[in-house]
Amino acid sequence: MLHVAVDPSKVPAVAFERSPGYWQTVGRRLLRDRVAMGAALVLLLLLVLAVFGPLLAPADPYKASMLSRLKPIGTPNFPLGTDELGRDMLSRLMVGARLSLFMGITPVVCAFVLGSMIGIVAGYAGGRTNTVVMRTIDVFYAFPSVLLAIALSGALGAGITNSLISLTVVFIPPIARVAESVTTQIRNRDFVEAARASGAGAFTIVRVHVLGNVLGPIFVYATSLVAVSMILASGLSFLGLGVKPPEPEWGLMLNTLRTAIYTQPWIAALPGVMIFATSIAFNLLSDGLRSAMEIKS
Amino acid sequence: MLAFLIRRLLYTLPIMFGVALVCFSLVHLAPGDPLVSVLPPDASVELQNQLRTLYGFDRPLPEQFAGWVWRALQGDLGTSIATNRPVTDEVLRAVVNTLRLAVVATVIGFLLGCLFGFVAGYFQNSWVDKAASFTAVLGVSVPHYWLGMVLVIVFSSLLFWLPPSGAGPGGSDLWKWDWAHIQHLILPALTMSVIPMGIIARTVRALVAEILAQEFVVGLRAKGLTDLGVFLHVVKNAAPTALAVMGLQLGYLLGGSILIETVFAWPGTGFLLNAAIFQRDLPLLQGSILVLAIFFVLLNLVVDVMQTLLDPRIARA
Repeated sequence: MLHVAVDPSKVPAVAFERSPGYWQTVGRRLLRDRVAMGAALVLLLLLVLAVFGPLLAPADPYKASMLSRLKPIGTPNFPLGTDELGRDMLSRLMVGARLSLFMGITPVVCAFVLGSMIGIVAGYAGGRTNTVVMRTIDVFYAFPSVLLAIALSGALGAGITNSLISLTVVFIPPIARVAESVTTQIRNRDFVEAARASGAGAFTIVRVHVLGNVLGPIFVYATSLVAVSMILASGLSFLGLGVKPPEPEWGLMLNTLRTAIYTQPWIAALPGVMIFATSIAFNLLSDGLRSAMEIKS
Repeated sequence: MLAFLIRRLLYTLPIMFGVALVCFSLVHLAPGDPLVSVLPPDASVELQNQLRTLYGFDRPLPEQFAGWVWRALQGDLGTSIATNRPVTDEVLRAVVNTLRLAVVATVIGFLLGCLFGFVAGYFQNSWVDKAASFTAVLGVSVPHYWLGMVLVIVFSSLLFWLPPSGAGPGGSDLWKWDWAHIQHLILPALTMSVIPMGIIARTVRALVAEILAQEFVVGLRAKGLTDLGVFLHVVKNAAPTALAVMGLQLGYLLGGSILIETVFAWPGTGFLLNAAIFQRDLPLLQGSILVLAIFFVLLNLVVDVMQTLLDPRIARA
């Protein structure tokens, strides 16, 4: 199942001896990758929908009408039909981008910040601090991700905040593990030793010498989690543990439209297409980013 | 070797303790009184206190935890608040159903994943490789609960070939290996197999590519081995890792089956969890999560040990 295991192939190697134009090279290589650029274009479109969706939508996504329930695709005024309450599907899918992307991306961003902090502290401190922190992380890592997300959301109760909290908790352990392992690699390098010898404190060393080297690989690893996060966040709403009706969110729409799979099957499947497209685009872009960072000198 | 086994076992114990602690804490994370679902809204304080004593919620938390773990070790996970039946019975009945689904799904995913992975790794950068790799990306990107819905739409709602939900005719959850029951298994198992298929295909492709690049393969070819002979050597080298990934996937499927079981109304642990969450049946929630998580930890242990037995290079490292 979707489990956020630390897959070493998803973590780019730390580039210790970077030439001054390292990031420019990575950018140039990424721009030449057609698949990644296609994915980026799809994500850009989704982002536009997320920001301007309510302005672009042809109809009011909340306006229900008992008379026009479950109209088929292609009905005049309703290009993608209507849902079980007679609301315009096209508008709901467009406006739904905002909440769906927010629910999927936020947990990874929060987990990136918190997980990096935990991992860098554990990796740089080493010794007993490292053992205590990493063994605690191991306990959370011992749960299958989907189970942990659902258990936490189930215990906390449905709602946007609780769903964001439980997904953040799910993503912290793998990110912290990656952060810890790349930091440990850096910590014993000569330039860190030299900085320490010249009298720099732990905080300065981490800020100047460690962060710049480790944030790139951790970030790329985190981008590979966004697709999983999108699927899980919508999945929580699908179970009734995330966003509550009548908000337009793709997972929740999929849930409420399940009653329609015998009458208007293709309309019932539409919100899932959006989740699928988003998740493919994130996976392809993340793959492209990683191979762009693998520069062999 | 023995030292490795003992070390691995000792490492598992504190993890299990931590897992139990997290499961126990879930109940106390929940807002409101854990008894809220059984108490009538106008319950007297007396009745409230009586029930609280009955379920042991009046004791100090460490004492509750110790008692819970002690009883769990003896196979007693308490009583479900909603059905008043022992949690252990409910969970075990559901686990068998989920296990059947997960094992079938893992086998399908493993076979297809190996096929795609070997082909892609063998004919690297050809169009076959690109097609197989793209299928693998689709497999890991698809929202599986949606895929389940689409399969129901196609095979049940439009073609009427297969039943849309349940584990057997008439909603029975007594399993038999006959055609009527297998028909119910096909759609959920196919849906579930897509993710392990994608992950195993990606792993096997990388493994095969790595093995083919090694010097011993050139050596084998120089020795005059046929393509089939070389292929067998590749399989032998890739097997331990591929099998380990398969074992772990089985664990993820067991723990993560809730979404698929909800789509197909499959009477397994996911369905049970769903009921426990929405009826706020906390002993059931606690118990089923504990069983699934411990199962997962043990499976990890078994996979690690098996991998070491199959591949002596790991223990030596």
